[in-house]
Amino acid sequence: MGTERTENILLRCQNLALGYEGVRIVENLSFDLAQGAYLFVVGENGSGKSTLIKTLLHLRAPLSGTITADAGLRRGDVGYLPQQNPVQRDFPASVREIVRSGCLAREKHRPFYSKEEKRRAEAAMEKLGVAALATHCYRELSGGQQQRVLLARALCAAKKLLVLDEPVAGLDPVISAELYACIEQLNRENGLSVVMVSHDIPAAVRYASHILHIGHDQHFFGTTAEYLASPIGRVFADPEGGGQL
Amino acid sequence: MSMLMEKLAYYLAFPFVRYALIVGILIALCASLLGVTLVLKRFSFMGDGLSHVAFGALAIAAICNLSNQMLLVLPVTVLCAIVLLYTGQKQRIHGDAAIAMVSVGALALGYLGMSVFSTSPNLSGDICSTLFGSASILTLSATEVWLCVGMSVLVLAIFVLFYHKLFSVTFDEDFAQASGIRVRLYTLLIAVVIALVIVLAMKLVGSLLISALLIFPALAAMRLFKSFRAVTVCAAIFSVVCAVVGLLVSILAGTPVGPTIAAADIAGFLIFSLIGALTRR
Repeated sequence: MGTERTENILLRCQNLALGYEGVRIVENLSFDLAQGAYLFVVGENGSGKSTLIKTLLHLRAPLSGTITADAGLRRGDVGYLPQQNPVQRDFPASVREIVRSGCLAREKHRPFYSKEEKRRAEAAMEKLGVAALATHCYRELSGGQQQRVLLARALCAAKKLLVLDEPVAGLDPVISAELYACIEQLNRENGLSVVMVSHDIPAAVRYASHILHIGHDQHFFGTTAEYLASPIGRVFADPEGGGQL
Repeated sequence: MSMLMEKLAYYLAFPFVRYALIVGILIALCASLLGVTLVLKRFSFMGDGLSHVAFGALAIAAICNLSNQMLLVLPVTVLCAIVLLYTGQKQRIHGDAAIAMVSVGALALGYLGMSVFSTSPNLSGDICSTLFGSASILTLSATEVWLCVGMSVLVLAIFVLFYHKLFSVTFDEDFAQASGIRVRLYTLLIAVVIALVIVLAMKLVGSLLISALLIFPALAAMRLFKSFRAVTVCAAIFSVVCAVVGLLVSILAGTPVGPTIAAADIAGFLIFSLIGALTRR
């Protein structure tokens, strides 16, 4: 799927080298993200997946190489679902407060939310099935519900692109599948491009339009069909040899 | 009871008592609002460390015989707040170790400096009142009250205007930054405002007890409420009530102001914890 739309490139990364304080984790990374694409970023722990995400979000600068963004993709237009941080586990915040905070990027200088922003937040909660939890406390929700809330917040911020950092980590298979279904729906129906970091190669093969595999010495980037046919893909996606990450 | 009321009315007729109440309420309000962010961002110790820095700066100002001590104390405290916030992020010297280091260093050097160079006839009295704020709240001049009112209004305005952004930055720094909120700028803002509040609060409770004003209201509110807004509002009310109770008790019973307010905060916190434990079951 995806290939017919590649003429509209949202992000183009060329020869990226990533890392921090002089330590290079990833080198020679090049890929394109097309409008409407669903890109899985897979690879071993420590291969630099999260670093790549942070670089795409301008949270850190690449050591070298270039990222060219489509003119229509401004910095605040990206919806981000970070890995959970420990502060959030006992943070007193209602679901509605959290989802609304996703709207902040759009209006930089107004101190309060507009009606339109509040409606957006309600719509996002509706879409992800957490509207009934709006007044609940975030820390009392289950792991899957918490991820949906954070996804709703990301949806409030996203105009064109959703960036998800291991959204299913720590969730059981049933809840994971539900979350994947939500994300796929956002990709198909809302036309959002998705970049997802994951360890879940079977899910990647099932849902992704493109796969970026970051390895220690070589990377793979291509459509899912190309990945399955590639040497690296054959090793990792093979049902017998799979799940070894 | 009526005798108590009469006595209270008698004291309230004095302008300095009214000043103390106004300033006490404002400081308690500002401190509690910031305290919520401080506690949630795991910066509880920062308030403590900064108050010791303010004490050290005050000691230096006293040694140099500065006529307006705030001119030194405020910038030094602001600077330390910024340094501590950023070192906490970079993790080279771990945040809490850096705070402990700065805090105990400022306290020791401040006291040392004062005992070596001070010309005051009542040194230990001076130091005790800076540390525990024994009487300075009752000796405020009208100018100081206005200064305090001005600063408090500034702090409140900042808090209201940036409330949602502070929430976002506190709850999830990475997300906030990714959506284009200038996290470093707001962290800086938090640091500056904390320093402001601490310098103000030194007058009220003394530098050793400032943390009580910062953390108890937030912690108490978090026992009972589950949304950020409810916690913030509850902390503010809690703090003001405790400050007023503490001030009135200290005036009526002749106890030192700072510790009495802190005691009121502790009592309030215990009551809230109890209610929280009972309602959760």
